[in-house]
Amino acid sequence: MTKLLIIIVSAIFVNNIVVTQFLGVCPFLGVSKKVESAIGMGAAVTFVLGLASAISWLVQKYILNQFEIGYLQTITFILVIAALVQFVEMVVRKFSPSLYNALGVYLPLITTNCVVLGVAIININENYSIIEAFTNGVANALGFTLALVLFAGIRERLDFANVPKVFKGIPIALVTAGLMSIAFMGFAGLM
Amino acid sequence: MIPAVVSLAVLGAIFGVVLAVASQKLKVEVNEKIGAIIEILPGANCGACGYPGCSGLAEAIVNGEAKIDACVPGKSAVAQKVAEIMGVTVDNIESERKVAQLKCNGGLENCSDRFVYEGIKDCKAAANILNGQKSCDFACLGFGTCASVCPFDAITMGENNLPIVDYNKCTGCNKCVVECPKHVLELVGISHTVHVRCRNTEKGKDAKSKCKVACIKCRLCEKNCPSEAIKVVPPKVGAGSIAIINYDKCTNCGICVEKCPTKSIHFIKDTICSEPTITKQSPEKKGCAACPAAAACGREV
Repeated sequence: MTKLLIIIVSAIFVNNIVVTQFLGVCPFLGVSKKVESAIGMGAAVTFVLGLASAISWLVQKYILNQFEIGYLQTITFILVIAALVQFVEMVVRKFSPSLYNALGVYLPLITTNCVVLGVAIININENYSIIEAFTNGVANALGFTLALVLFAGIRERLDFANVPKVFKGIPIALVTAGLMSIAFMGFAGLM
Repeated sequence: MIPAVVSLAVLGAIFGVVLAVASQKLKVEVNEKIGAIIEILPGANCGACGYPGCSGLAEAIVNGEAKIDACVPGKSAVAQKVAEIMGVTVDNIESERKVAQLKCNGGLENCSDRFVYEGIKDCKAAANILNGQKSCDFACLGFGTCASVCPFDAITMGENNLPIVDYNKCTGCNKCVVECPKHVLELVGISHTVHVRCRNTEKGKDAKSKCKVACIKCRLCEKNCPSEAIKVVPPKVGAGSIAIINYDKCTNCGICVEKCPTKSIHFIKDTICSEPTITKQSPEKKGCAACPAAAACGREV
């Protein structure tokens, strides 16, 4: 139980996937213009990452390790994640149109999201059990959501700030992202 | 080597089959008409119809929630095609297109500021502080919220801090009208060229003390109008009175424009609703060419 708690705190704050490990910076910059869409993206990532962590763990244990083909990890995981996202999209569309509308374009975006692949590989490298892997996946997604929503909130206010013309838009967003990253480094002393 | 190839191929095949089966089993029935209508709609997702994007409107039309001619920028051309798909005929599609008209001329020179506003450069934010920084409570605040919400790049802010509407680009989507906290924009048919550019309903003396070009309610326009189109009457909302043109009766004769002592009635012929006190600016060449609604608009690009 303690270990799960450590995994959760570590994934959300100390080793935040975006601002500390610098994975998933593309959606971090791309889907952070509005808090609303940031929450949508966060929900979609949480959904997929929880599933992908568990399934990629199973694939690693029962296929890659069984046949001793660990060097195929990357391509196999990509295959798993891509197929999973497609499948999840179909299921959600069929059984929950409202959730499908809410997640909208973000679901297919996640197919090529390095957060998902990164977390799946971290799970294996850290020798997590399946429960720990699932927890790590969801916690990392929550950390991603946290960073994304905070950043979107800052960017919404930045739109009205008196920013020098050359810094408008993405440049000031990148500076802000850097400052946020430094702020998150403060959590490093926690563990 | 062999196990690697086989296991990857098998894994891929399994996923492929699962997805293929799932896509059949989990197929969602989409009404064909929705797709067909989405094709016809301009695709600008301007939101003028009140639905989230063109696909939202298409769905609403098929479900019978929206009217056939609900697409404002698409106008009658689009409405006709949509009607064909839906298998109905439409008779009275409004033919004249409406554009946004500015009902204030209180720019930098004409209407001074009461205090220095240093907050967020946004009309809505400014309007929350003591009703805005302008002397006149009805005046355009000039921070360009209308220009920033315009999905068609039709509004630019002029040197005089008043919006300039390019009629060629304006589709009458109503967004600026809704967003303006001072309600100085109104949709008017494009054939009308005479407009009262003041909204101040206070007494003549009070209005004039705040703005050089305010309507002073002298009723000269009303007395001289041959078709009884312009009248100094109370506004729809609030007290006081203001010269208001009944566009159904107005013949664009321009007599009121000449008679108005404060020059608050304007004769606007250009395709750009320019600010009279400054030299006319050429509109920025952007937007329309790239706009997916351009073809449906049927206007020159």
